[in-house]
Amino acid sequence: MAVLVLADHDNASLKDSTHKTVSAAQAIGGDVDVLVAGQNAKAVAEAASKIAGVRKVLLAESAELGQGLAEAFEALIVPLAANYDAVLTPATAQGKNLSPRIAAKLDVSQISDIVGVVDANTFVRPIYAGNALETVQSSEAKKVITVRPTAFKAAAEGGSASVESVAAPAAPAKVRFIDQRLVKSARPELAGAKIVVSGGRALGSAEEFQKVIEPLADKLGAAVGASRAAVDAGYAPNDYQVGQTGKVVAPELYVAIGISGAIQHLAGMKDSKVIVAINKDPDAPIFQVADFGLVADYKTAVPELMAALG
Amino acid sequence: MKVLVPVKRVIDYNVKVRVKPDQTGVDLANVKMSMNPFDEISVEEAVRLKEKGVATEVVVVSVGPTQAQETLRTALAMGADRAILVDAGAQDLEPLAVAKALKAVVGEESPEVVVIGKQAIDGDNNAVGQMLAALLDWPQATFASEVEIAGGKAKVTREVDGGLQTLEADLPAVITVDLRLNEPRYASLPNIMKAKKKPLDVKPLDSLGVDAAPRLKVLKVAEPPKRAGGVKVESAADLVTKLKTEAGVL
Repeated sequence: MAVLVLADHDNASLKDSTHKTVSAAQAIGGDVDVLVAGQNAKAVAEAASKIAGVRKVLLAESAELGQGLAEAFEALIVPLAANYDAVLTPATAQGKNLSPRIAAKLDVSQISDIVGVVDANTFVRPIYAGNALETVQSSEAKKVITVRPTAFKAAAEGGSASVESVAAPAAPAKVRFIDQRLVKSARPELAGAKIVVSGGRALGSAEEFQKVIEPLADKLGAAVGASRAAVDAGYAPNDYQVGQTGKVVAPELYVAIGISGAIQHLAGMKDSKVIVAINKDPDAPIFQVADFGLVADYKTAVPELMAALG
Repeated sequence: MKVLVPVKRVIDYNVKVRVKPDQTGVDLANVKMSMNPFDEISVEEAVRLKEKGVATEVVVVSVGPTQAQETLRTALAMGADRAILVDAGAQDLEPLAVAKALKAVVGEESPEVVVIGKQAIDGDNNAVGQMLAALLDWPQATFASEVEIAGGKAKVTREVDGGLQTLEADLPAVITVDLRLNEPRYASLPNIMKAKKKPLDVKPLDSLGVDAAPRLKVLKVAEPPKRAGGVKVESAADLVTKLKTEAGVL
């Protein structure tokens, strides 16, 4: 039995979701290899080799892999999958983009966004925005799985796996990378942050969002998140969206400001350890999941909170 | 240029989902069903492509139960030209089976672009578009927030980890749509009436000759653990004290 884990990285650094996916792989059992596919990603492969329990790290490099083209990942991973019983990918936007392509090419049903491993063939996954948990059993010889990183503990450091280069197959010609605009921020990354401060529609404008949410996040050393309503209204970039179709987070502390708590938003944050809600509507559904609720207008409550934090 | 838009009939996104007491699934009896919200966005995008003169025909297709005809009629009322129901009866299909059925429909219809919602809000798999692209060996552009089609190419801005990315794909291609692409229109009453007269072909899933057998066995569907309700605090200062002492997270 052997499992291949596709590393999550930005060509420069390895993301924590890789460690969490390795831990899901270890729950399935067998040897665990990590595939680092990117460009100039040697440092990422070195970092992956230090994850405890990893047998070996495979490093494949090409321009198209560095750009994240799903077709390039398909060409690389489908032949590699012959050596493995399962291929696990973190359920990030990129993982969701490429993994179903690999499953279809291998003619297997993808098991999406698992939050639990019951045994090597049985998995738990959320459906209906996390309002139900489905336990599914696969009879397929090869499994293609995406893993919800927040549901698993990160595998520890302390390994010393070897790094082996594998050739990246020829690039697909039918799709080309044009450019990307990534949000640059000195704050921690939303998906893995210990504290998240999120703003909702009540903020009313992008200026207000920046003026209220960002200083509080900086004071707490937190990442910034937003509800779908705030993103749709243009108060915050798409990358901030927490929810069923955005990012799923499970920080130590989640602070929801001016967020009513639609089911779709709760789906993305209800596994946080401690939830704080500040909303002037005492009946807002967010209070049903909040450990600490403050019924107040954010306009007065956030400055007071800043002052109380010192 | 012909555009094919797959749509799915799902539980309405405003409905509170209830798990059946016997844990065999989610209770769908007497529950409001609607078009998957992401598919409304893909129908809207296709109709806009036609209004701009980029597309000549918008064909909507659903692989699902007989009642999905209602969903298709909604798409026709939004402005699609004709509809195809691949009738799967009461069979619950996995994304791979849906992708295989859609591949067969693509073979018959030869669209130049398939525009499809990035995920359905029931299964939350986020898989059919990518699987269809793989089975067809077409390029894919997922999670689109902006689409421009010209000269046999699609330029697509995508919502990715960390921001936005722009790709250019040669047609034919599969585009999966995200929330920010557009705001779907409501069908007007005259258009709902007109939609009743638009063609809607029904073909049984069996007639496509695809392997739709489930690969996964659902052992149970359970409610997630409930979060215990918390407490209300009186002030911001009180909140900070509780976070420091009771919760220990600051």
